[in-house]
Amino acid sequence: MATTTTARSRRIGEARRFLSAPAILYLIIVTQVPFALTIYYSFTNWNLLRPGSEAFLGLDAMFRNYQRILANPDFWQVLGNTLVLTGSVVVLTFVFGMAFALLLNRPFPGRTVARTLLISPFLIMPVASAVVWKYLLLDPAFGLSAWVSRSLGLRSVYLVEAAPLASIIGIVSWQWTPFVMLILLAGLQSLPEDVVEAARLDGAGPIAMFRFVTLPHLRRFIEIALLLEIIFVLNVFGEIFVITSGGPGIQTTNLPYQIFLEAFSRWNVGRASAYGLFAIVLANLAVIMFLQVVRRARQEGLR
Amino acid sequence: MTRKRLGTLAWAASTLLVAFIMFFPIFWMALTSLKTENDAIAFPPKWFFTPTLENWRVAVLGGPVLEFMGNTVWITLASTLLALALGFPAAYAMAYYRTKRTDGSMLWMMSTRMLPPAGVIVPLFIIFRDLSLLDTHLGLILLFAGMNLPLVVWMLTGFMEDVPFALIEAARLDGATLWQEFTKVLLPLLIPGLAATALLALIFTWNEFFFAANLTTRAASPLSVYVSTFKAAEGDLFVAKMSAATAASVVPVLIAGWLAQRQLVTGLTMGAVK
Repeated sequence: MATTTTARSRRIGEARRFLSAPAILYLIIVTQVPFALTIYYSFTNWNLLRPGSEAFLGLDAMFRNYQRILANPDFWQVLGNTLVLTGSVVVLTFVFGMAFALLLNRPFPGRTVARTLLISPFLIMPVASAVVWKYLLLDPAFGLSAWVSRSLGLRSVYLVEAAPLASIIGIVSWQWTPFVMLILLAGLQSLPEDVVEAARLDGAGPIAMFRFVTLPHLRRFIEIALLLEIIFVLNVFGEIFVITSGGPGIQTTNLPYQIFLEAFSRWNVGRASAYGLFAIVLANLAVIMFLQVVRRARQEGLR
Repeated sequence: MTRKRLGTLAWAASTLLVAFIMFFPIFWMALTSLKTENDAIAFPPKWFFTPTLENWRVAVLGGPVLEFMGNTVWITLASTLLALALGFPAAYAMAYYRTKRTDGSMLWMMSTRMLPPAGVIVPLFIIFRDLSLLDTHLGLILLFAGMNLPLVVWMLTGFMEDVPFALIEAARLDGATLWQEFTKVLLPLLIPGLAATALLALIFTWNEFFFAANLTTRAASPLSVYVSTFKAAEGDLFVAKMSAATAASVVPVLIAGWLAQRQLVTGLTMGAVK
């Protein structure tokens, strides 16, 4: 009886393992097929406004789109904008996210309310926060920023015009701070009480405690939070679309916005695909690191 | 003792103050949506005023907000359901029939979620054009289901790993079919997990803008595309009405997010942090 049950279970197992096949197949179609096509299109000169231009460039000229992109100074500025935007957001959100997580990591009356208010910027749609910041808060005529600066006796400046990239960085950081905060808070709350107690008995003050107990424990959480944030902030688009349209000039154009322009205002399939490949490579640098962290975290039983 | 209580109260006060400052832009939007157009652009800004629901009546109930919201709701629900339907059996296989390749497939799935949308938008646009999926609900539903599928598989696998396999074996000895294992054994136990997963997928889909902006023009456009067209003092929307329309478009996700708070971290890290 026992053997037949095991045999039956095993036979069932053989078949049911493949229940993941539809999901995997679906993901291949939705993500890997377009990915492969991006690579292929990047080797063409295809422009949707020029029918019949979709042919392969030929082996000798296949890298033409890449050569033109690399030779174009605009590309380097766009790449620079992308890295400055992402890097600044990561630094700012880490500082504020850590501070907020530490504030919440202690019982006090109203903690749930504070937590709920703090996560809200991350929940609302990016284009909605862009609209609120641009038209309600930063408006030079009636916005709150004008009121604050005049109350302080300063001249009111329109931040979006005076410092476009910094404005975008500020707004994106406002949205992403809760994300970092939540992950770090989960890390703080998983810190074993007895470890803290032992360190306290050894005479560790608050700073030593943070430096030698909290921070090492948080390491994995910090890696996960920041790498995921990099992967997603590299894709920022809606905020730029609404607030600056990539301008003035290309001062706030990042890679996704550049791809959007190449594809949907110049209809240049070949060039946009080559830019797309740069975006994929850039993201994958972070994705590879992230997957390694996740693999290690799974082994350590973080989840 | 009193000193300690005082310390806690000071901590509470400063944290709540910081939290309110972070929340302020959303609060200000809500406040502006209740002002008359004149109050909304008054300088210095008005903190006290007679509230009116006029903007909500005109811009939300009377404007195209509800129409776009209908698109968003339909696309969100259908793509979430499709992702759950594909992800549930996959999670079952991942949780109970692990092989050497399971971890690899799970990580691969996660990596597909991290493919930059801008990197694949061109071929997607051309595929959509060739299949007549541009500006259709179906197109976005199929795409967003794929976007949420890795999240669904990761989260459901985590939840299923908490269900003892013995329960399933017992049902199987009683002659349960696979379908009965799903519906009679797993589903009742997984309802909280499924709800949390669905809420998170809903939040991501509701807020998505890049694909929606480039693959729809009007008929199937979700709310995010509509909100992105707002300009102060232009067209038929003014500041107060714009605030009302924007507020209406974020209220559902705020509620969903507040409800899913406990699962938010698991969802945001796709199950990497529990």
